[in-house]
Amino acid sequence: MAFEGLSEKLQKVIKDLTGRGRLSESDVKLAMREVRMALLEADVNFTVVRSLVKKITERACGQDILDSLTPGQQVVKIVNEELIELMGSTHSTLQYSPRTPSVIMLCGLQGAGKTTIAGKLALYLKKRHNKRPLLAACDVYRPAAIEQLKVVGERVGVPVFEQGQGDPVAIARAAVAYGAAHSNDVLVIDTAGRLHIDDALMEELEKIKAATEPAEILLVVDAMTGQDAVNVAESFNNRLDITGVMLTKLDGDTRGGAALSVKAVTGKPIKFSGTGEKPEDFEPFHPERMASRILGMGDVLTLIEKAQANVDEEKAKKLTQKIKEQKFDLEDFAEQFKQMRSMGGVGAMLKMLPGAGQMKVDESQIDEKAILHMEAIISSMTPAERRNPNILNAGRRRRIARGAGVEVQDVNRLIKQFEQTKAMMKQFSGKGMKKFSRGGRLPF
Amino acid sequence: MDEQEKLGFWGKLKSSMKKTRDSLGGRIDELVKYYKEIDDEFFEELEAVLISADVGAEFSAELVERVRQQVKKQKIGDSSRIRELLQSELLAELGQVEPLRLDEKSVVMVVGVNGVGKTTSVGKLAANLQRGGKRVLLAAADTFRAAAAEQLKVWGERAGVDVISQAAGSDPAAVVFDAVQAAKARNVDVLVCDTAGRLHNKVNLMNELSKMRRIVDREYPGAHCETLLVLDATTGQNAVVQAKTFAQACDVTGIILTKLDGTAKGGVVIAIASQLGVPVRYIGVGEGIDDLQTFDAQSFVKAMFAEEGSL
Repeated sequence: MAFEGLSEKLQKVIKDLTGRGRLSESDVKLAMREVRMALLEADVNFTVVRSLVKKITERACGQDILDSLTPGQQVVKIVNEELIELMGSTHSTLQYSPRTPSVIMLCGLQGAGKTTIAGKLALYLKKRHNKRPLLAACDVYRPAAIEQLKVVGERVGVPVFEQGQGDPVAIARAAVAYGAAHSNDVLVIDTAGRLHIDDALMEELEKIKAATEPAEILLVVDAMTGQDAVNVAESFNNRLDITGVMLTKLDGDTRGGAALSVKAVTGKPIKFSGTGEKPEDFEPFHPERMASRILGMGDVLTLIEKAQANVDEEKAKKLTQKIKEQKFDLEDFAEQFKQMRSMGGVGAMLKMLPGAGQMKVDESQIDEKAILHMEAIISSMTPAERRNPNILNAGRRRRIARGAGVEVQDVNRLIKQFEQTKAMMKQFSGKGMKKFSRGGRLPF
Repeated sequence: MDEQEKLGFWGKLKSSMKKTRDSLGGRIDELVKYYKEIDDEFFEELEAVLISADVGAEFSAELVERVRQQVKKQKIGDSSRIRELLQSELLAELGQVEPLRLDEKSVVMVVGVNGVGKTTSVGKLAANLQRGGKRVLLAAADTFRAAAAEQLKVWGERAGVDVISQAAGSDPAAVVFDAVQAAKARNVDVLVCDTAGRLHNKVNLMNELSKMRRIVDREYPGAHCETLLVLDATTGQNAVVQAKTFAQACDVTGIILTKLDGTAKGGVVIAIASQLGVPVRYIGVGEGIDDLQTFDAQSFVKAMFAEEGSL
């Protein structure tokens, strides 16, 4: 089950067809088999795939190929656009009701991650929207579920309303009253996981809905869900008329085709996603990124955003200036390493690059320590040496190696790398400099 | 297994897999009714049916191709024989599974990604083994998720089995160490360790599993060690990747397939069995403490294809 990116696959299939002006019917037919397989292997529901492929075929046939693209890329572009369109072009925000507290009710299958994301959502509301959320424990069935929500609530500093293992409908109602009395403006109700075909438990959700009149009913869906995602989403939507979806466990390596299926059958937006083990690992949903991910095209946007968030603008400007004046020295070199680490290390960055998916990036194989060693080597130099590496003779290099706990060869290698980088920058400072300095960032 | 018990097992499995059948056996029947003759369109539809049961696009194509070859070879013109053909293909993929034997002193590690039902399975497994006359001890080595140990203790109480645990946030390997010492001291037959859910692409967490395993090997040298991977039957093709990665990290010896009740698909286990050769040991078919069944490939495939009337 090779997780090769669709891009590469398509290019292989239609690489011989370049040079023609437009996509012929046979090109498209050839491409569509790959598109279909890619979507199915990404767990997009097969009925959704069927209608999607039909739509893409219609659009792609006879389309002009842009100058900048190969036919394969042209097809990928169309597929990508259709996926984004299907997933909703912008991410949605939460609705609040006029009276307080606004109720947000969560529902979903067992193990989807409701309790965990309830805590994340509460923290997000508190931190980003200055709300005073309250969590309500209405999972009275699973052992220790209430206890779990209490711990989660404590971790994120949000109060938890619970009445033990009583009637969930009564607890939900009481939670609304409690929230109103304690000036909580949002109430997040955690419910028990249930199978969508479990009639009695689905009815219980309907009762909770009737009793609390939620402003939002969010279905929590595991991103790894398979073909059944459509049935799950359809059942919950039919019974409860959900207002949106939250996608969990997106930090795994699943393609997450379930996202597409769920959106396609319910028409409801995917609002948020859970992306890690920590309470802060929670973000608004980005349809464009999900589309790339389903197609195995990497998450370039996230990488760019991460870089923007972590690179100090001031430092970047100074650096650009230095490069211009050709004064880039080892101090600046060390600074680059530091910034790279603050973006989550080489491994994290690699994984977001297109094509890295099929490279099967094994974090253990990327030597994050190599960067630490390089930093250590530079730290073992005197300020004078850092500013003027030319004075580094054999004696100095031996001393530095001892200081950093590495071999002399390592020091030599670092200096060589530095010289190469510097040479590359010299080229930049020529013609390409204008474009480069606008971004104010190094091409690391 | 006497006749009465067998019937009970059959009924439970069949009714719990009704949904799988609705989408597989039932739909193949429909297909057969619709297409009296076997043509390309029939095979295309057959492939779609398999894909909808999470068998996977590539693997479904392969299975259909094999059926197609058989049809050609045996000159089958009647679509109604497709059912048995496919059934035997699936059975061949699942292979003959030797039952899990825990005759000597054993340690069973239960691993898997988040939310697949590890703790619940551990609870059910403990009850299952206890009923079989084993002396069982549980280790709450999920020290990460909030209230995981509490949840396991509730299951321990239900099954009448002791639980070894430490404070939340402590080193899971230390819990395993303690539990092994306790198992030796109390002359326990089977020690079952519940571990924290971890996504298989997080290397650090996978290393943590290897460490727990090393502790067991070092501290309990004579013990027979099994590692059971818990898979959620609603998971799609990612389950294959999960199985592969866990198998690499901790020598998985078997699979527990959970949430097969009602909603289930579970087609992905066929792909896993064929690609990795890791046998399915148990299936979870409900929320009750007795709802863990020993997996039997014959019954599983039969239940997948069972006819409506035979329920």
